[in-house]
Amino acid sequence: MPTDSQPTPSNSPAFEFKSGVVTIPSLNLFSTDITAITHQLNEKIKQAPEFFTNSSLLIDLQALANQELDIALLVDAIRNAGMFPIGIRGGTKEQQQAANALMLPALSALGGNNARKPLTIASKETKLAKTENPEKQQETSVETTIVTQPIRSGQRVYAEGDLAVIAQVSAGSEIMAEGNIHVYGTLRGRALAGVQGNENARIFCSDLQAELISIAGNYRVSEDIIESDRNAPVQIYLSKQALIIQKI
Amino acid sequence: MARIIVVTSGKGGVGKTTTSAAIAMGLAKKGHKTAVIDFDVGLRNLDLILGCERRVVYDFVNVINDEATLNQALIRDKRCKQLYILPASQTRYKDALTKEGVGKILEELSKTFKYIVCDSPAGIERGANLAMYFADDAFVITNPEIASVRDSDRMLGILSSKSKRAENGDEPINEYLLLSRYDPKRVKLGEMLSVEDVQDILSLHLLGVIPESQSVLNASNSGTPVILDEDSNAGQAYADIVARYLGEDKPHRFIDEDKKGLFGRLFRSK
Repeated sequence: MPTDSQPTPSNSPAFEFKSGVVTIPSLNLFSTDITAITHQLNEKIKQAPEFFTNSSLLIDLQALANQELDIALLVDAIRNAGMFPIGIRGGTKEQQQAANALMLPALSALGGNNARKPLTIASKETKLAKTENPEKQQETSVETTIVTQPIRSGQRVYAEGDLAVIAQVSAGSEIMAEGNIHVYGTLRGRALAGVQGNENARIFCSDLQAELISIAGNYRVSEDIIESDRNAPVQIYLSKQALIIQKI
Repeated sequence: MARIIVVTSGKGGVGKTTTSAAIAMGLAKKGHKTAVIDFDVGLRNLDLILGCERRVVYDFVNVINDEATLNQALIRDKRCKQLYILPASQTRYKDALTKEGVGKILEELSKTFKYIVCDSPAGIERGANLAMYFADDAFVITNPEIASVRDSDRMLGILSSKSKRAENGDEPINEYLLLSRYDPKRVKLGEMLSVEDVQDILSLHLLGVIPESQSVLNASNSGTPVILDEDSNAGQAYADIVARYLGEDKPHRFIDEDKKGLFGRLFRSK
């Protein structure tokens, strides 16, 4: 993702505040039984100690529906298991105060509809992306962003999961997805699938005229796309670090 | 409530002002009270095209700054009493326009006018953004060449995301394509994009094709909107466009090279 930090050696600022998205495991509690939690936690960690040891962890109390639970005991149990709790989400006021006393912030609870953001758009300018049935998609782990209007020159669309465009993608635009990209129209802009490194991501389009195609950072510009692959419905995937364009 | 139309393109020199003048005159001639506003502050041209440059006292920026009332600044056309022109200021820059000021003027005009035509400046900066911000309908002018088409595409993206309607989540702006300076002969020779090519790239409803015509230049130089030149093909093209916009069903003309008469037209090769 583009950032605006350009540190210069001489007069660079000492720091800057930034907001970002980090994926951290969260411990979604369904029980208030500390013994049971500790037991299950230790079992889990035994399965993959390298993954869990010294890992940060968010304590999510939202499923407990304000049942009583001693936060201090819970935090001790997690620390003893070798993980670092970094905050709580949900819970009662008392529980949040108890967390604060342990220098753990209480993060804002997410509402039902916002629990999973269906879509992130890289540019403020692009508001056209519409997701359909966001409720349904919440249940699945892979989210698909559906865009029904043409993506015009200069617009950028970023999807955290798959991206399906049921319109054309104009020259001078850029579509990016962490998953697959489907374009049911002419693809004239840039299409980058698997932008977070997913090498299994693919690009499907019904008419390939793209300026650039990329999967997990392996890209090809228009000039390097052979003529016989152009103006045809294709799929693009990665095989041994090589981009394969295949007619479908 | 008035209908606000923005005439825009992104690229310069494609015929925005010519079109604004022609469309506004066409709507007024159909009996609708119409105002046309020049948003090209600093590069004022609309008054020349409409032949009222000698009658400009106050301008758009004066009204925004409360230095004049709207009625003082509006110039009534001598040929058509239903047409009023709000000229741009030639001595200022586009920063003189504010969203609040423009909004206020459009609101006031909306009370008495049926149509408000906003003549956008080229580019995608302040003047162009404000011209399209309040629009209900957009006439996107494109020349049949690739740079113009791409700039129009960019403008369409801005229309669908930065307008008031987009910001409020209202129904989107109606977008219409106007292809100007079209020359079927050169299309045939492959020197120009065809209507199909442009529509393929922009996928937009075609409101009309305006043929490349000497009459446009003549009209501009004489301060007469080309739509008043009823013998010229460009004038007829604009009359068709106004009629189509108002809901009349007019077949497209000037797309193919034909001087073959009715028979030839019926059996068009394409």
